[in-house]
Amino acid sequence: MEPLLELKGLTKYFPVTGGFIIKRQVGNVHAVDGVDIKVGEGETVGLVGESGCGKSTLGRLAARLYEPTFGKVLYRGQDISHASRRALKPIRPEIQMIFQDPYSSLNPRQTVGTIIRGPMEINGINPHGGHEKRVRELLETVGLNPEHYNRFPHEFSGGQRQRIGIARALALNPKLIIADEPVSALDVSIQAQVVNLLQELQRDLGIAFLFIAHDLAVVRHFSQRVAVMYLGKVVEVGDRESIYERPRHPYTHALLSAVPEATVDDEPRQRIRLAGDVPSPINPPTGCRFRTRCWKAQDRCAEEVPPLIQVAGNREGHLTACHFPEAPTTHGEDVVLDPALA
Amino acid sequence: MTAVTLTETGPGRRGDSFLSVQDLHVSFSTEDGTVKAVDGLSFEVEKGTTLGIVGESGSGKSVTNLAILGLHNTEHAEIGGEIWFEDQELVGASRTTLERLRGNQIAMIFQDPLTALSPFHTVGRQIGEVYRKHKGASKREARDRAIEMLDRVGIPNARVRVDDYPHHFSGGMRQRVMIAMALVCDPSLVIADEPTTALDVTVQAQILDLLKDLQDQMGTSIILITHDLGVVAQAAHNVLVMYAGRAVERGTVREVLGAPRHPYTWGLLSSAPRLGSSVDVPLKPVRGTPPSLLNPPSGCRFHPRCDYLKQVGPDLCSTEQPELSPETGHADACYLTLKQKQEIYTELMEGR
Repeated sequence: MEPLLELKGLTKYFPVTGGFIIKRQVGNVHAVDGVDIKVGEGETVGLVGESGCGKSTLGRLAARLYEPTFGKVLYRGQDISHASRRALKPIRPEIQMIFQDPYSSLNPRQTVGTIIRGPMEINGINPHGGHEKRVRELLETVGLNPEHYNRFPHEFSGGQRQRIGIARALALNPKLIIADEPVSALDVSIQAQVVNLLQELQRDLGIAFLFIAHDLAVVRHFSQRVAVMYLGKVVEVGDRESIYERPRHPYTHALLSAVPEATVDDEPRQRIRLAGDVPSPINPPTGCRFRTRCWKAQDRCAEEVPPLIQVAGNREGHLTACHFPEAPTTHGEDVVLDPALA
Repeated sequence: MTAVTLTETGPGRRGDSFLSVQDLHVSFSTEDGTVKAVDGLSFEVEKGTTLGIVGESGSGKSVTNLAILGLHNTEHAEIGGEIWFEDQELVGASRTTLERLRGNQIAMIFQDPLTALSPFHTVGRQIGEVYRKHKGASKREARDRAIEMLDRVGIPNARVRVDDYPHHFSGGMRQRVMIAMALVCDPSLVIADEPTTALDVTVQAQILDLLKDLQDQMGTSIILITHDLGVVAQAAHNVLVMYAGRAVERGTVREVLGAPRHPYTWGLLSSAPRLGSSVDVPLKPVRGTPPSLLNPPSGCRFHPRCDYLKQVGPDLCSTEQPELSPETGHADACYLTLKQKQEIYTELMEGR
């Protein structure tokens, strides 16, 4: 089956300029560097990674809000990587976004009705019964009172605003929603409401999701497949179970072991404490980008970029980019690299 | 403002807790009315332990800690109750008294190190300044001390980095600088307000471990303010769960996370997905939204969002405010009987 969205060798560099008076390009931020991801129809793909790993840029590339430097974005087999505004017009309604911050993503001067109606008007869609009826339906779908049609965003709480943003994304019956950290700005008790809502919509309407988040537990809960990113590259991708139960990449191990869990179980978890922070994407390390923080790094890691392949012992569709993969378990030995903790 | 009610035996320090907050009230007057940000909060911190204060935004956790440090503007904030730190009462203490304590015996670690550090001064100077003020050290001594502290919090090459400015450091390293600054005078109490919220998970884990390590070495008490029960589980000894300006549950980490008793704590625990939980069942969120503190709900402040009003009986929850009971140990502010709580919680956890 043809995937709904396919990203092939997708790369995005942002220029860095320097110099006084005469600005020159002095380098590139390697935000996304050769990423391959497929999203099938009705599938939920999670994208995790730390800040600065390029996951938001990837989301925007997939929505074609950015134009890729290299590589391809294929939507239903059609190459839209450098398509013009006009060529994109019929595709735009099918790909919608939900943003992180429900405070800055809604126009404070517009009523809820206007906000949700906007996409329909722009795309010249006249639903049966008129725009207002459709907006009221949408408000009900996302769990808001249809009576709130004429209210302004400031009258709503963060969770409710996020629902308005979701209603806006649904207005055009999209096939794919790119959700960029949709719950991370919300309080814990409200997060669950929004996650449940998204999951219901996904099931009822069969919308595919590219779900971008840094919270590994939320991604695990929401996504069928998960891709782990580090410094612009996908280091591991696979179905949910493979990534969370049988991770192979040392970085995935480190991420999973760092998640603070609200349990008091006596069963000890693997404890991995990396040293330092993520290196700068302006000058990423040669070879494997994780090698500067990796405890298994050897000379080969600096010389050769590890390909994203199905390493020995991986299941079908579980790809890892590592020369020296870890054992497929989450109960390995402790690794403490931080000098202050040693 | 409610006056301080003096009990027969008189207030003051009890047992070996060296910070004791009794019946704290903090309210702010605003254009729309009075906001009761903290309303009758009592807790204690024992020496060398970490108390995690958990709650959502607006629950009063940061306000409480600013009150301990005397950082509220008294023109706008009314503060009642008592805060005993060792032998001193901090509510209404003079400015000079507070100034002698702040940075010296009580220190604070803020959430966002980039805004908490001055961009114009080198980190060495910022760390040294505190030391010079409180210990009367010379510039050279302060600089040596700054290097020692930077080294201790795991900043490589401290002798060189001491002359760098905050923007030369990455997020995690900046938070280490903040920690170094907080600990420079060997304080007996450190208040950490969401110290890891702005950080990535791998760095968060480093910082939490570091705090723990330093606590073991120096015997500092820590108040750790967070919205993340996972952070509490990893880094605290005791927990206080706050909701809308009041404490709803208190106990050791094992007690509160292992056998929670308050419906709000259940809500917090069951609404966040875990790495090991089943993915096929929907999350169980707390319905509704947190209340406005201008007009807090009558009775138990959680009752409009609570699912167990019926089990308690008619109207009790909406008319009378439950108190945290029992006085010591694992306590909660809820009218359900202990047996009901245990049954409901067991049932809740079965589906996970």
